[in-house]
Amino acid sequence: MASTITEKILAAHTEKRSVEPGEFIEAKVDLALGNDITAPLAIKEFERSGVKRVFDNKRIALIPDHFTPNKDLKSANQCKILKNFASKHKIKHYYEVGRMGVEHALLPELGLVLPGDLVIGADSHTCTYGALGAFSTGVGSTDLAAAFITGKCWFRVPESMRFVFRGRLNRWVGGKDLILYTIGDIGVDGALYKAMEFTGDAINKLPMDDRFSMCNMAIEAGGKSGIIEPDGITKGYTGSKRTKIYKSDKDARYSDIIEYDVKKIEPQVATPHLPSNAKPVSKIKNVRVDQAVIGSCTNGRISDLRSAARILKGKKAKSSVRLIVIPATQKIYLEAVKEGLAEIFVKAGGVFSTPTCGPCLGGHMGILAEGETAIATTNRNFVGRMGHTGSKVYLSNPAVAAASAIKGRIAHPEEVL
Amino acid sequence: MRIKGRVHKFKDNVNTDEIIPASYLNTQDPAELGRHCMQGIDKDFVKRIKTNDIIVAGKNFGCGSSREHAPLSLKGAGISCIIGISFARIFYRNCINIGLPIMESKEAAKVIKAGDILNIDTETGRIEDVTQKREFRSQRFPQFMQEIIKRGGLMQYIRKRREG
Repeated sequence: MASTITEKILAAHTEKRSVEPGEFIEAKVDLALGNDITAPLAIKEFERSGVKRVFDNKRIALIPDHFTPNKDLKSANQCKILKNFASKHKIKHYYEVGRMGVEHALLPELGLVLPGDLVIGADSHTCTYGALGAFSTGVGSTDLAAAFITGKCWFRVPESMRFVFRGRLNRWVGGKDLILYTIGDIGVDGALYKAMEFTGDAINKLPMDDRFSMCNMAIEAGGKSGIIEPDGITKGYTGSKRTKIYKSDKDARYSDIIEYDVKKIEPQVATPHLPSNAKPVSKIKNVRVDQAVIGSCTNGRISDLRSAARILKGKKAKSSVRLIVIPATQKIYLEAVKEGLAEIFVKAGGVFSTPTCGPCLGGHMGILAEGETAIATTNRNFVGRMGHTGSKVYLSNPAVAAASAIKGRIAHPEEVL
Repeated sequence: MRIKGRVHKFKDNVNTDEIIPASYLNTQDPAELGRHCMQGIDKDFVKRIKTNDIIVAGKNFGCGSSREHAPLSLKGAGISCIIGISFARIFYRNCINIGLPIMESKEAAKVIKAGDILNIDTETGRIEDVTQKREFRSQRFPQFMQEIIKRGGLMQYIRKRREG
C-alpha cells in the first residue's frame, strides 16, 4: 500500500507493516523530551505511579531552558526537580545551564534526533525535528510520564497535507516567511490534527536552519507535525551517522495538496494576535516598536544571527528600542562570538544573552509593559504572550526584526541597506 | 460519567497562554493553577464559576503551548467538561490523559448559550440542554480512549495494564 513518509515512520515504530490515517496505534519512541516547565509535572506523575526505573535512561532528554538561568525561586525549584530526577535515574541527556540550549535547537545539534526517528516532547514545538525527516510531535506531561515508564506513546495516525513550494526565493525570504505565509493562507487550525509535508524545488534548496524554522511552526497551523524528506542537505547536517531514510510513495494519499509560487512571497510579518495574520512587510506601515527580539527555537540558529548581523553591522538600534539577541545554544553563542557577530550586536546597542526561551513566552529577559510593542523572530503573538495583556507582538524573520530595531518601526531590510 | 452544570461560552482559537499565562507555570498544583484560570482572557472568570460548570467553546480551543497546566487549571477551577466545535490536538490529548471530559459537537457549540444548564452523559455522547430543552450528540470516543477515560486517566490506565 502507498504511504507517506509520516505513515512509514509511524508503522516502523509498531509491530505493523503499515498504518492508515485515523488508526490508533501505540508506538515506540526513540527519544522523550521534557523541559523545566513540563518535566516536573511528568516526574510527579512518574513518581506517583510507584515505578522504580525509567524505560531507558539514554532515551530521555531533560532540558532546563524556559525560565533559565533560574529567574526566581519557584523556577529554581522546578529545575531542581529535573536535576534530582536526572541524577537519580542517571539520565544521560540532561544539560545544565552553561551547557544547555533551547531544546529544539540543541537536540538536533547534538545529533540526538536523526532521520526516521520518532520523538515526542512535552513542548508544542517538538514538531521542529520533522526538518530532519523524523516524526516528532508535542505531547503533554502525562504522556511524557507514560513514556518514561513504557517507552511508548499513543497516537492517532494523522492524515497528511502536502505543501509544494515552487520557484526561486526572493531576497530576504527564508523558511520563516514561507511558514508564516502558509499559516496565513490556511489559518491557525488549517492543519488541525494533520501532518504537514513540505516539498517542492524551493524546499530542495532550502538550508537546514530554514527547514527547522518551517517545521517548528507547523503547530501554529494546528498541525501534529511538520516534515521534510531527507536529502543531501539533511545528510550534510547529520554527517556520517547511520540513519533510516523514509520517503513518501508517489501515489501516497493526502487530504490536501496545496501549491505556492514562492516568487510571489516577500518577507512576512504576522500582526497581533494570531500567527495567521501574516502580511507582506511592505504592507505594514508606521508600526513603532519598543523591543526587537532575535532568537528562540524558531530563529535562534547561527544563520539567523548572521542574517541579523548583516543588517546591523556598523549601525545602531534606535535609542528607544531594546534590541535583545539570544543565540539558541552554547555552540551557536560561541560561533557568534568567533565570527564577530556578538560584537556587531553589542556595538548596535543590543543585548547578547545566554541561551534561554525567556521572552518568547513572557518568562523573563525582555517582558513587555502595558501598551508596548515588540517585533520578534519567535513563534507566537497571542494576547499577553511576551508580557502584559495590553502589549503586542509582531512576528518576522531575523532580517526584518533587525531592520525594525534600527528604524524603530517595522521595516523591510532594504530600507536600511 | 454523568455531568450537570452551567455553561460559560468562549470564542474561537482560545490559546493556552490565555487559559493559564506563562507566569504561573512554575507550579503544578491544580488548585493554585485554578485560581488563575482564564486570566489571559477574562480576569473575573474564576469569580463567576461554580464547581461542575461547563465550558462551551468555538473552534480550535486550547491551541498553542503544550502546557498541561491549562487543562489542570480548568480542572482545578472546578470545570467538569469542555464542549467545542474543535480542539487543538495536544490540549485534547492532555484532557483525555488527565481525565477531564472533552466533547466535539459543532451544533451544540453553536446553539448552547451562556448560562444554560446542561446534562451530559460522556459515555454515550449525549448532551442535553435543560434550559433550551434541546438535545445534541457528540461523537463517541474510540474504544481506546474510552478505556483511558474509564480508568480516570492515562497513568491509571497504564498501571492497570501493568498489573493485569
